Amino acid sequence: MSRPQWQRLLRSRWAVRSLPTSQAGHNRFAARAAFSSSARRELMEMTGFTEEQLTVREAISHICSKFPNTYWQERDQQEKDPKEFHAALAKDGWLGIALPESHGGAGLGISEATMMMQTITQSGAGMAGAQAIHANVYATQPLAKFGTKEQLETTIPNIINGTWRTCFGVTEPNTGLETLKLKTLASKTADGYSVSGQKIWITCAQVASKMILLARTTPLEEVKKSSEGLSLFCIDLNRDQPGLDMRKIKKMGGRAVDANEVFFDNYQIPANTLIGEENQGFKIILHGMNAERCLLAGEALGLGYAALEKASQYAQERVVFGRPIGQNQGVAHPLADAYMKLEAAKLATYHAARLYDTNDGSVPFHSIGVACNSAKYLAAEAAFTACERAVLAHGGMGYAMEYDVERYLRECLVPRIAPVSREMILNYVSEKVLQLPRSY
Amino acid sequence: MSKALRILVPVKRVIDYAIKPRINKASTGVETTGVKHSMNPFDELSVEEAVRLRQRGEESKSPMKVENILALSAGGPKTPDVLRTAMAMGADRAFHIDVPEADGSPEPLTVAKMLRGVVEKENINLVLLGKQAIDGDQGQTGQMLAGLLGWPQATQASKVEIKDEAGTVEVTHEVDGGVETLRAKLPMVITTDLRLNEPRYASLPNIMKAKKKPLEKKTLADFGVEDTRRLKTVKVTEPPPRKGGGKVEDVDGLVSKLKELGAL
Repeated sequence: MSRPQWQRLLRSRWAVRSLPTSQAGHNRFAARAAFSSSARRELMEMTGFTEEQLTVREAISHICSKFPNTYWQERDQQEKDPKEFHAALAKDGWLGIALPESHGGAGLGISEATMMMQTITQSGAGMAGAQAIHANVYATQPLAKFGTKEQLETTIPNIINGTWRTCFGVTEPNTGLETLKLKTLASKTADGYSVSGQKIWITCAQVASKMILLARTTPLEEVKKSSEGLSLFCIDLNRDQPGLDMRKIKKMGGRAVDANEVFFDNYQIPANTLIGEENQGFKIILHGMNAERCLLAGEALGLGYAALEKASQYAQERVVFGRPIGQNQGVAHPLADAYMKLEAAKLATYHAARLYDTNDGSVPFHSIGVACNSAKYLAAEAAFTACERAVLAHGGMGYAMEYDVERYLRECLVPRIAPVSREMILNYVSEKVLQLPRSY
Repeated sequence: MSKALRILVPVKRVIDYAIKPRINKASTGVETTGVKHSMNPFDELSVEEAVRLRQRGEESKSPMKVENILALSAGGPKTPDVLRTAMAMGADRAFHIDVPEADGSPEPLTVAKMLRGVVEKENINLVLLGKQAIDGDQGQTGQMLAGLLGWPQATQASKVEIKDEAGTVEVTHEVDGGVETLRAKLPMVITTDLRLNEPRYASLPNIMKAKKKPLEKKTLADFGVEDTRRLKTVKVTEPPPRKGGGKVEDVDGLVSKLKELGAL
């Protein structure tokens, strides 16, 4: 809605007297109306969510409404970090949603954090919006659980309030899925460690001041069990210090948010950066992996619903041969099918998140793993279907930046690929559920 | 009278302002089932102002401190939603006055009488309320309450300032062609207008804290009020659709058309 329009609306409906234009823009009530598209009922079925989830959704929607689609189009085109968005969420405490109350968090679960991530992508912010904060919500989980008192008291509050941003340094060029083979070495020195090696696909490294780093502290040949020998650190990314270099990777989608190759060459870190016990890093991060699957699933869902909302709206408005194109079953049915796929994936996602949060030992670990991996798989595929069909429903306009769906399509490949490929999830289910022999 | 503010902020749960209202099938009112509801925007302004008065008091920018902010709402089982929102914004406690949803909103005079009861029982010295609710658009409750209590009132406030410890309050409100400043002494009733402030979004820690704040369920009878109705809604209809205008060729055409219509 343009400004004159909402001024008229306010005047006519609530008789505001002599509205000076200089002040008018400061009123949130009006400002919200300016970007609001919520006059339409939302597509996603909202029954069955908990009160907490609905509260989160409502509050996050309010914040996101200050960041219209044009903001994200611009950031994407200019490859500019959405730092105002990160700051807005940090200001109101949202980065601490799943961190314990004792360290300034809200103590909510992954069910609520997943809803937060979904609401963000669904607002039009897409994966760029989610990735701007993702690591701060998720990579801080092992830190909160295994960190030293000092780490908890300094790092966590600063990440929650947005002073420090963090990135997650696990993936390496030659050890994507084979995490246990990772090569980056942290060798002991007199007062800490010296890190050498290379990390890749490190989101937000350019803007982060911290990294949760997984590195090898015992050479692969010397470890007794393959799951040992890795350690987790919470380190400073100090660009003035020798031995640290990073390079941005040009990529298909989510261009507002940087992804990087990070190079360590005898980069010195103090001993107090170690999280938990030395050589137990893999077990520590394993703890958070299922949670990350849920968050990613939520992000995919939001993107899918956002695309479908755009598509159904366009199909109602666009008239060809004297009728809206949505009246043609060839246009309507693929969208209806995409909707049902999203709804099914939504149920799988929030079921998985609920299992993860139950966490009282009543649910076997492998059931949680299967549920979280299935959710990620189903949500990513449903999102892809919705985004692709949304572009096609828009015809030529789907290819134009202005209609947003091309951005969503580019971005929806991320949850299909990361943090684990579709094929590895199929392998996991084949092995763990169907009891078939392992293929790799 | 003690030198602290005990503020009552009545709020109402209404259809979200961004939703386009639709008339129900029976033509007796606006369709509310399955429609997004939120706090009446004018009430958000009152909650915000109460919280700001507290902040100003704490920072010694205002001569009076706020002792307590009580949020109150009357309605059905979903009413606590808006009360939690009010508490997340900064109200200390809340009363939910249970009124069956099927009965619709009580009339302004009933609400005003109920509020009088609350003011007396809870020893309130300032009532901050929205100038109107965006559903009924009646805009009467604040004025009626001031009348019932025999308190001074300042309506449609765009600025509220506590001037001294004795409870002198200056309220600015916008009138045609300018602003008018009123001065009165506590206790008083103030109704809020859009320009007063910019309501905050509740932060996550405050949303969590609000869950633990006391929310008491009460009835109209607790305040000696009966839900009597003096008005009956006969019919609610959509406004007639707008007719398209005509086009004229040039200025001369416009002038002759206006003359033809008797406008000149």
